[in-house]
Amino acid sequence: MSPVNAMSNDTLLKVEHLSMKFGGLMAINDFSFEARRGDITALIGPNGAGKTTVFNCITGFYKPTMGMITMTQRDGSKHLLERLPDFRITKEAKVARTFQNIRLFSGLTVLENLLVAQHNVLMQASGYTILGLLGIGSYRSEARKAVELAEHWLEKADLIDRADDPAGDLPYGAQRRLEIARAMCTGPELLCLDEPAAGLNPRESAALNELLQGIRVDTGASILLIEHDMSVVMEISDHVVVLEYGQKISDGTPNDVKNDPRVIAAYLGVEDDEVEDVIATVDHLEGGAN
Amino acid sequence: MEKSVTVAGKSASGLVWKGITEALFAAVIAFGLFVLYVGLKTDQNINNELVIVQRWGLLSVFVVIVAVARFLGVVFVRPYIDMRKLQKAQAGELDISAGKGFFHRNFLKIVLVFLVVFPIASVLLFGPQGSLKYVDNFGIQILIYVMLAWGLNIVVGLAGLLDLGYVAFYAVGAYSYALLSANFGLSFWVLLPLAGIFAGLWGVILGFPVLRLRGDYLAIVTLAFGEIIRLVLINWTDVTKGTFGVSGIAKASLFGLWSFDVGSPNNFAKAFHLPIASAWYKIFLFYLILALCMLTAYVTIRLRRMPIGRAWEALREDEIACRSLGINTVTTKLTAFATGAMFGGFAGSFFAARQGFVSPESFVFMESAVILAIVVLGGMGSLTGIAIAAFVMIGGTELLREMDFLKAIFGPDFTPELYRMLLFGLAMVVVMLFKPRGFVGSREPTAFLKVRKAVSGSFTKEGHG
Repeated sequence: MSPVNAMSNDTLLKVEHLSMKFGGLMAINDFSFEARRGDITALIGPNGAGKTTVFNCITGFYKPTMGMITMTQRDGSKHLLERLPDFRITKEAKVARTFQNIRLFSGLTVLENLLVAQHNVLMQASGYTILGLLGIGSYRSEARKAVELAEHWLEKADLIDRADDPAGDLPYGAQRRLEIARAMCTGPELLCLDEPAAGLNPRESAALNELLQGIRVDTGASILLIEHDMSVVMEISDHVVVLEYGQKISDGTPNDVKNDPRVIAAYLGVEDDEVEDVIATVDHLEGGAN
Repeated sequence: MEKSVTVAGKSASGLVWKGITEALFAAVIAFGLFVLYVGLKTDQNINNELVIVQRWGLLSVFVVIVAVARFLGVVFVRPYIDMRKLQKAQAGELDISAGKGFFHRNFLKIVLVFLVVFPIASVLLFGPQGSLKYVDNFGIQILIYVMLAWGLNIVVGLAGLLDLGYVAFYAVGAYSYALLSANFGLSFWVLLPLAGIFAGLWGVILGFPVLRLRGDYLAIVTLAFGEIIRLVLINWTDVTKGTFGVSGIAKASLFGLWSFDVGSPNNFAKAFHLPIASAWYKIFLFYLILALCMLTAYVTIRLRRMPIGRAWEALREDEIACRSLGINTVTTKLTAFATGAMFGGFAGSFFAARQGFVSPESFVFMESAVILAIVVLGGMGSLTGIAIAAFVMIGGTELLREMDFLKAIFGPDFTPELYRMLLFGLAMVVVMLFKPRGFVGSREPTAFLKVRKAVSGSFTKEGHG
């Protein structure tokens, strides 16, 4: 266990009995897990296992058929995410997300992308536009602060030199980092990343790991991520949840999960009757080791 | 010319031959296209029978124009363009790196000075009576459309919501002024903001049901909304007097200090010892609509730098991403509709004050289409581009009325303004071919760290509704 999660063990996100039905298809079936504050929790599983559906339920883009999702903030206030509309989940419950297929505002500059993310803060400072339009109040100083925050995240994401370029002009890896920086500009306590390393080369992947570790250390934000790249998952996550056919098949530290025979079976595609053999072998090995 | 021909890699005679064949081909196509529309015409004879009139002469003029234009294009214009491109490439000159001239840099200031001087200059040049045509037909008419298009630009250009019923808000503004002034005797300066507020409220009312719609669906519903308003105006005869319209609407006064009514004691012309003429009122209206346009531009420019303006543009780029960043897309869309509608309402009340008469005929779908066409042609989101487009489109159609010499070519019954829509469409096709993003396709960023770089149109999105 890393020292970070050892010092804070309270639950940040609690998902209980989550089910999501699309017509006759049970995409998620009675799925429960917990993410602890300060942890990087990884959600893995084969393609079509329902990972992104879980994300969409947490961030309000889908309304779950059943289940309860509780977000406990640092100050102790609790939010039931399944009852909030999507924009309030970011605004009030402090959960930000990125998307599997990058969704940047490609016609806005990199800096503008980060300013849009601070909409709610600026909106309040500008007196819901009216005071700002008349030049009354603190909008000017707040706007300067917003640019400073954007600069801070641009430095972190190594995009400061491209701040005035359109976001659509950035290379793929930079777009991924910008999307994460943009989500961080909303000031989240939980950052949900949907396959942040997809399509990145090993060097970009390493830079991403660094960025994520930096986020956790600097802001204390917890991270929930979906990832296929095992080098990322195993290196940075404290806790791994494995999903297959909408059901949880494993939950634990990266090492536990790596050796879980059901996980191996899910990934390598073992026949059903062979699964028992695998389990038996693993038990035998563990017994021998003891 | 010789050189350019060899540059193009073809001998001069080969090029002329190519020009002739292409011209013939174009002539055949033009004949096929126009034979039923121009060549034949149905008419009633003296016994009220429908007869077909053949107009081979007019048809041949159309065909010859197409053929000649094609020939000139192939033989002269295209080699010339190629040559210029080649020269530029050889000189290592890029479009981006070329420095801007004085005119280019100070374009906006020059235009503004011109607009301020324009009515005075036209009075001095043509006298009070002669200036009417320029100030009223050209100046005011164009500026009304500039204002409407800038208002619609907030909805379509910034927020990316395709609104085909914008004329409804124009109508609400016009009728608010007409009815409240006729029934309650309120003055223009009280009713101008009221008309804006009413139109803005209608914008919210329209906004609510269409919030969930996107793209084509949104366009259809807004179109229907525009028609509903018009039909209500026609059929609610107790209030709106139906197709007869509301007439005798009070003129706007100069802040209540001077009136433009001929009989009143504080008449503007009398007070300043000027000859009595309708031109003074028109000049006043010109400055009024100019001020309203400037207000629209100022508010739009300021709003773009506010969080709400950025949210509108973000909404155009990607609505789902907006929601993931905690932006309430419902209120964002509603404010876009309301703000755009408010400017439409201002323009409407101005229109009523100018005409002194409003009827549902002024608010047909065609008006919405023209305003939208101006926004698209100008370049969505760009105030300068839209103003240029309004100038070209509305000024161009007004100019058609002046072109009497065309009668010498097409015959004495030729009325050029009937071909307004044909030319409108042609202009749109041509502009969209060469400038698919409109006159000004790039967008100015609202904030920058080091340098303000325009964002190329290829990155911005049109919005999905």
